Amino acid sequence: MALDTEKREFKIIGTRPLRPDGIDKVTGRALYGADMVAPGMLEGKILRSPHAHARIVSIDASAALALQGVKAVVTASDFSEAKGELMQNILENCMAQDKALYHGHAVAAVAATSETIAKQALKLIKVDYEVLPHVTEIEDAVKPDAPVLRPDRRAKGAPEGTPANITNLSNFGHGDLEAGFAKADLIIERSFRTESTHQGYIEPHACLASMGPDGKADLWCCTQGHYAVRDMCASFLGMSLSQLRVTASEIGGGFGGKTVVFIEPVALALSRKAGKPVKMAMTREEVFKASGPTPSSLADIKIGMTKGGKITAAHAKLRFQGGAFPSGTIDLGAMCAFAAYDLEAVRAEGFNVMTNRPREAAYRAPGAPIGVYPVEALIDELCIELGLDPLDVRLLNAADKGTKSSYGPTFEAIGLKATLEAAKAHRHYNTPLGPNQGRGVSCGFWFNFGGSTSVSMSVNDDGTVAVTEGNPDIGGSRASVGMMAAEELGIPYENIRTIVADTNSIGFNDPTHGSRVTFSVGLATIEAARDAIKKMCTRVAKIWDIDPDAVMWEDGHARPAGENAGNYEPMSLAEIAAIASKTGGPIAGHYEVNADSAGVSFGVHLADIEVDPETGFSTVLRYTVFQDAGKAIHPAYVEGQMQGGAAQGIGWAMNEEYIYGKDGLLQNAGFLDYRIPVASDLPPIEAVILEIPNPGHPYGVRGVGETAIVPPLAAVSNAVSRAIGKRMRALPMSPPKILKVIKG
Amino acid sequence: MQYAAPKSVQDAVELLAGEAGVAHVLAGGTDVLVQMKMGMVEPDLLVDIKHITRLKDITAEAGGFRIGAAVSGAELGEHAGVGTLWPGVVEAVELIGSTQVQGRATMAGNLCNASPAGDSVPAMAAAGAVARIAGPDGTRDCLVADIPTAPGRTSLGNGEFITSIFLPARPENASDAYLRFIPRTEMDIAVASAAVSLEFDTEGKCSAATVILGAVGPTILNVNADCLLGTTLDDAALEALAAACSATAIPIDDKRGTAEFRKDVVGVLAKRAAKIAQTRAGVTS
Amino acid sequence: MNKIHVTTTVNGDPVEYLCEPQETLLDVLRNQLRLTGAKEGCGTGDCGACSVTLNGRLVCSCLVLAAEAGGQEVATVEGIADGDNLHILQKKILEHAALQCGVCTPGILVAAKALLEKHPDPTEVEARYWLAGNLCRCTGYDKIITAVMDAAAEMRGA
Repeated sequence: MALDTEKREFKIIGTRPLRPDGIDKVTGRALYGADMVAPGMLEGKILRSPHAHARIVSIDASAALALQGVKAVVTASDFSEAKGELMQNILENCMAQDKALYHGHAVAAVAATSETIAKQALKLIKVDYEVLPHVTEIEDAVKPDAPVLRPDRRAKGAPEGTPANITNLSNFGHGDLEAGFAKADLIIERSFRTESTHQGYIEPHACLASMGPDGKADLWCCTQGHYAVRDMCASFLGMSLSQLRVTASEIGGGFGGKTVVFIEPVALALSRKAGKPVKMAMTREEVFKASGPTPSSLADIKIGMTKGGKITAAHAKLRFQGGAFPSGTIDLGAMCAFAAYDLEAVRAEGFNVMTNRPREAAYRAPGAPIGVYPVEALIDELCIELGLDPLDVRLLNAADKGTKSSYGPTFEAIGLKATLEAAKAHRHYNTPLGPNQGRGVSCGFWFNFGGSTSVSMSVNDDGTVAVTEGNPDIGGSRASVGMMAAEELGIPYENIRTIVADTNSIGFNDPTHGSRVTFSVGLATIEAARDAIKKMCTRVAKIWDIDPDAVMWEDGHARPAGENAGNYEPMSLAEIAAIASKTGGPIAGHYEVNADSAGVSFGVHLADIEVDPETGFSTVLRYTVFQDAGKAIHPAYVEGQMQGGAAQGIGWAMNEEYIYGKDGLLQNAGFLDYRIPVASDLPPIEAVILEIPNPGHPYGVRGVGETAIVPPLAAVSNAVSRAIGKRMRALPMSPPKILKVIKG
Repeated sequence: MQYAAPKSVQDAVELLAGEAGVAHVLAGGTDVLVQMKMGMVEPDLLVDIKHITRLKDITAEAGGFRIGAAVSGAELGEHAGVGTLWPGVVEAVELIGSTQVQGRATMAGNLCNASPAGDSVPAMAAAGAVARIAGPDGTRDCLVADIPTAPGRTSLGNGEFITSIFLPARPENASDAYLRFIPRTEMDIAVASAAVSLEFDTEGKCSAATVILGAVGPTILNVNADCLLGTTLDDAALEALAAACSATAIPIDDKRGTAEFRKDVVGVLAKRAAKIAQTRAGVTS
Repeated sequence: MNKIHVTTTVNGDPVEYLCEPQETLLDVLRNQLRLTGAKEGCGTGDCGACSVTLNGRLVCSCLVLAAEAGGQEVATVEGIADGDNLHILQKKILEHAALQCGVCTPGILVAAKALLEKHPDPTEVEARYWLAGNLCRCTGYDKIITAVMDAAAEMRGA
């Protein structure tokens, strides 16, 4: 695919126009998941397991069904058998089958004429549980006598003696580790620990489902990917894909947590049974208990380095806990761990283990933050031991174009060195620190994703253009997509309206995940515009009676090219559109692609932190993000991704964690004790955008959404460690943990 | 559930005393409505006291102030007089929750919630505040310090509720301060807290000291702060205070912090609060 | 059911509704009056997405009973713009790209408006503490604070 950046002067790309959905979102008019209503609508509620692990002996809903106003109760038997292990796992996570696998696991659901009645009905459902021994921590789940969640889910091909809760084995790397370590002047090996975190989107999951007696259904929900919701729900309800139309509402944050279903199939099953629309919304407590947090992790990292700072060998052993089901996130963690470095000998291996916790879901660069954190923390320790500058060491070892990455592929043009150099030259890095203050540095990496994408655009008679895409707009993508359409067509941004269509309106789209939307939907939009342009040029060629190849498109006009140049008055898009019906009918462009040319993305973060030596309280004084965006389409929203990712990473590093008691119950299912950063916790976050074009996108775009959550864990940890003069090796670094390390 | 909004103290007492089921007073609602949402309480009756005459008033009395039980944190913070007289009490009340919570939460409600971590309670106790209680047997006064008896429990009898809290007058060269520790900068429940109220003589030496700790025991804890007396709060005196606080604290390990951490930090807070109170008293050491 | 009849004012308009005693103001705003700008992010006063003002005082509408609103003046995000004319805060939030998903934005706007009415010239730190009860998970707050400070300056005529 041709990269046009070099030869192109952009008019709209790189500017900061207002987002088209902005007015709706500052006036309260925008409709989110819980804002939709339907005539005759019922309220749905879910009964959840009070136990961490229990066999469901029986469920008696007769008393609930007898309550006036109750219209339906569903349990696992109301769903079809899902196809394939992954789908079976997702279904079982939505509704427990023979066992409740974690505190908060759904066991039954009710639909009633009011929320009050639905809640009363939940209390009337009698579930006979046989409580089983539980396990919530990695160390315990791999013990020989650990309670086993599902014996049949043990990793396939695992060696004899592998504990039964181990589900996924990972192994990446190349080169001779032993020879590499032999070349090192200093080898350090350390163990690290992180706790589960949650995406913490402010909007709880919510949906409205309506199924008619003919089996046709409509589902309105907040999701990152309504096509994926359709596919999962259709499977669980035994429907064909065309009979279930899913419309994505506005979405109040997702960060990966809304790429899978939780309540949506339940609402559909209730609606099918009750014959009425059913609305469901999780409470915040339910979101924490029963949506998808991240894995927690243990890591053993060993790195060898020369006196000059060259890494000679690196080895990571990672253990993730991804809840009550198999999880492949360990692969992503192992692949990302050393991706920033050009290494001769490197290996990252690990496994996932099942515990009695909710099934993990993606969270912004899933696996990368906890794969990269222990590596970047250990590199910092090596830098201190060897008296080396942490940015110099990273520059010396940085991956570059042509580097064989630690996970296999060879990198194309990448921006890591430029990003490190920008950090080194920045005034932040050269500002002196005060007492009890430390500065932390970390690199971060994310693959970025492309995926299946469909875009269509119709040229209206008045010269405006309707762009139809299928990816929920989480952070301004209607603006960036509209900008790319306007740029390519050569018309004002204001003449474009971009809508996110339902699953029956255009072809399949992968969810808004993997930092793919500006890249993939952008690419498809540009190509759809080129398709429309080609058709417009053909129409004009017909009018002028010249060869279509002799018509060029420039600045929103069809112009005669080559030997015809100057012979005809150029025609604007609006002029062509106005007479479209006379030249062959409506004009539209479309493009469908499985985009596989997403460029990887690197970032470098600097964190200055002051620690109160008497209490362990830490204050982030200054924070700067440097990241390669390829090409920033709407720089303000690119900065926003960088700042938001950094803030989430800071929260992960400092205070956020799932806390389970010895009873296996979640202790902090609320925003009071699951402590995400508040406005007064953070300083201004400076975002420095670098633009090293991705050769795989017409404008050079790389995804920017995820990389920024990767570096903060180690940047903050390194800053705290330098501030207190001792190493922190566990997250979150809540004040009691820091004070304990200070006091030694 | 029933909701009632009586216009008089007498009517409120009758409603509360007459309810056979569970009755709760609704002032700011920032605790009881949360507890209802979480299913922790299911009242049969909520008695909204905000429509009772004078319960939203702050009035000067005997050199101090009487603060109605329905006065919100925001309203208290806007009152110049109380903040000048008892800055530690006002800063403690203002630490409760967000700006939004401040718009509703009351000092009396914070007291009656009887959480050992309630921010205003140590500060009120250090100030010698007195709660006025209305009940079926008439009106009585009770030291704020004697209201909470255990987590979630108070010494209030059936049908009784607090109508006002009295903050007394204070001598010259005296002031107070309150500090708490939370993991974030806002929106958390105190992990440990200390309220300090000090008086100084004309030579700048401490002549009276009350130190009350929060969140390090089942109720607030009174620390013997004699180590400050006769001193100008020199380092030795402050270290002795910190040690006394750590020794007095009987905290637990929980999701908000470890016992060890709480014991350490509560002493640090007391030390720092004492210095703030000293500065506020206009005394230079 | 023992519903309570409430007469109140929402965004300057007289409003009547019947509510259950335990229903919150947020429930009634969203489910009866269909003013869905206020969002339920937590229902326990920890996130601020349901912020409204009650007689000018900033509150979480999830921590106010619908029955309590009788005779009061309720103001929601839907009342911030004057017809088609956006409030300066709304304009600045858009100009500074200070929203991503937008679900916290109604609460942020109501809270920021209350801030500037009380403190027309806040410091950045004051603005951050005032808004500490309004969780935003997308932006890291940077652009929100920039927008609020810019709006404050413009409202002061600076």
